Amino acid sequence: MTTEAKDKPKKVYGRPESLKDVGFHFCPGCNHGNVHKMVAEAIDEFGVREKTIGVAGVGCGVFLYNYIDIDVLEAPHGRACAEATGVSRVHPDHVVFTYQGDGDLAAIGIAETIHAANRGEHITVLFVNNTVYGMTGGQMAPTTLLGQKTTTSPYGREFMGEGYPIKMAEMLATLEGTAFVARVACNTPKNIMAAKRAIKKAFKMQIDKMGFTFVEILSACPTNWGMDAVTANKRVEEEMIPYFPLGILKERTTADYL
Amino acid sequence: MAYVKINKDRCKGCGLCIQNCKLALLVIVEDELNVLGYHPVGFVDGEGECKGCKFCAETCPDCAIEVYK
Repeated sequence: MTTEAKDKPKKVYGRPESLKDVGFHFCPGCNHGNVHKMVAEAIDEFGVREKTIGVAGVGCGVFLYNYIDIDVLEAPHGRACAEATGVSRVHPDHVVFTYQGDGDLAAIGIAETIHAANRGEHITVLFVNNTVYGMTGGQMAPTTLLGQKTTTSPYGREFMGEGYPIKMAEMLATLEGTAFVARVACNTPKNIMAAKRAIKKAFKMQIDKMGFTFVEILSACPTNWGMDAVTANKRVEEEMIPYFPLGILKERTTADYL
Repeated sequence: MAYVKINKDRCKGCGLCIQNCKLALLVIVEDELNVLGYHPVGFVDGEGECKGCKFCAETCPDCAIEVYK
């Protein structure tokens, strides 16, 4: 090797192999792009692209099949976990994950999610929590923070009328069937690294047949929050993280049916 | 020497990379428009300061940044 070739800068970071070379349809500053990238990186790391099946819920994440080079099924409103259960039982050697938003998973699909978790299905659920229904125009979701103004809570969410925001990760961590429950964010490089680790861990535990794995990712929705991307990321730090604390809430070391 | 390559036609000008570049080597190029209609981000590193920390690329939601080191 010549000295010139040795000194030539090498690519140290780029588009993951499993992420198709097409532009995202997401709004500027939307963290869905980051999450797609993390999922593609996890798939590449384990080399399971040919045997990974994704199930996309309804919402902005619905176009998962356009961006990640794997087989993706579309689930009707909220039924991604139920569909993933079927897929994972038919293909026990495959890696099955669902990609859902908070309007999908925490509202209409809460029953499917809780029962899939309770049965300890071998699936990974990636829950992108941005506190609003993003695709349909920013309506109030079960995870909308108190006082947050949305198109259906123009005076801000109030406990008396709409209740408190649901903490999905804490709720699922209490179930026996869940093997790994974590909450991460992608507002800073540090949190992104932690999020990547959590997603990889969830995939690893699913490959090891440990049970249901759940990763909640706090994400910004600059368009529906009515702010720019940088301010939206600041809001994640200042308002969301204090209510939805980050960290690994549950991690099992052995499968409970052993 | 490290440097970044920006795919200008993928950039949506959200500014997250600018916020996370501790050396302030990334700027919005105001007099340029890309195919999406946004002002893309440009890499200005006259003195070769870039360390290749990858923070900009990690935070880019559109995978528009590649890092070389």
